[in-house]
Amino acid sequence: MKKLFSKHLLADQDIEQLIGIQLRAGVVTASIIVLIGGILYLIQSGGSLLPSYAHFGGEKAELTSFSAIWQAVIHFRAKGIITLGVVILMATPLLRIMFSLVGFAIEKDRMYVLITLFVLMVMAFSIFGGLKV
Amino acid sequence: MTILTFTLLLIAGAYLAGLVGSLTGLGGGVVIIPLLTLVFHVDIRYAIGAALLASIANSSGAASAYVKEGITNIRLGMFLEIATTVGAVVGAIVAVYTPVNTIAILFGIILLFSAVMTIRKKNHEVLLQGSPAAAKLKLNNSYPTAKGPVNYQLKNVGAGFGIMTVAGVFSGLLGIGSGALKVLAMDSTMRIPFKVSTTTSNFMIGVTATASAIVYLQRGYMDAGIAFPVVLGVLGGAFTGSKLLSKIDAKVLKYIFCVAIVFVAAEMMFNGFNHKF
Repeated sequence: MKKLFSKHLLADQDIEQLIGIQLRAGVVTASIIVLIGGILYLIQSGGSLLPSYAHFGGEKAELTSFSAIWQAVIHFRAKGIITLGVVILMATPLLRIMFSLVGFAIEKDRMYVLITLFVLMVMAFSIFGGLKV
Repeated sequence: MTILTFTLLLIAGAYLAGLVGSLTGLGGGVVIIPLLTLVFHVDIRYAIGAALLASIANSSGAASAYVKEGITNIRLGMFLEIATTVGAVVGAIVAVYTPVNTIAILFGIILLFSAVMTIRKKNHEVLLQGSPAAAKLKLNNSYPTAKGPVNYQLKNVGAGFGIMTVAGVFSGLLGIGSGALKVLAMDSTMRIPFKVSTTTSNFMIGVTATASAIVYLQRGYMDAGIAFPVVLGVLGGAFTGSKLLSKIDAKVLKYIFCVAIVFVAAEMMFNGFNHKF
């Protein structure tokens, strides 16, 4: 039961180590980018008055698609850089699912390959499913 | 208030949220939402977006350590993620049609439930004979202890799966990790040893939160100006908390926190019923 991987390729502990490192790397990368964007944001508009967060204006928000976020990053806009960090933070668990998928595939565990694929499909649905209301 | 003042105050608040959240095992999201809505008067929808990010950061950070130790049951986590991700997407869709005051009241109820779950007796017993379904799904496993690996089996797979779906819906609807519901499903229903159920729950929270966070991002709930202090503050707090955990007795803290949570829950529900959101 402990073996997630066949002995020939990778040991169970190896994939667990790998997932552990991947999760940590994702969180560290995301927080560094968020920090850079945040410092830039404070330099650019730290002295301005706070926008009214009590009134929700989410529907009109700009940084809601990947292309818009990327455009903002290229133009070195602080909020875009922060949002890029946020996207990397969200990509970390997604990448973790893909790592597990590879692991189950190497172990030829068909049931868990299907289970993992299903979870990935749900994630894909929430990314591409046109849920932007 | 200037953006600088708000940012510094929020970093301090989020740091405390991450610290207390990791010491009590409740995660940062539970503190972030009341902090943003009750103290800073931020719209609850922005607060939900920020809390989801806090949950992802917390989960990925903590899980990286647990996975390496081999306590987390990866198969169990993946199997139950079917339930939580479907639930989370449904919850995120339903959230659009749910009045904010209703969300506040539901949040209060979940807070009260979390407080009860935190102080209840934990399941440390190992189940030696599980159900056939658990064996078929290869969910039985072992975990390392000081005395060597301990084998465990589990039962009530269907009921656990059902509670997990509900946990996912609440996670998507309220922006929290639903750790209390996840532990209820694994610990009390499926009879999984406490250490395995908490670490596996923690491992799953990141995926559950991401499933709905993507929907919220596309809807503009994730404001960079709020996300930045929250992510950094919660991460810093959780990091400090994990260092402190072995040095201090978190038991007293847990009781104090539970009392505080009951007050916050009451305030959220009171404001919700009076349409203050």
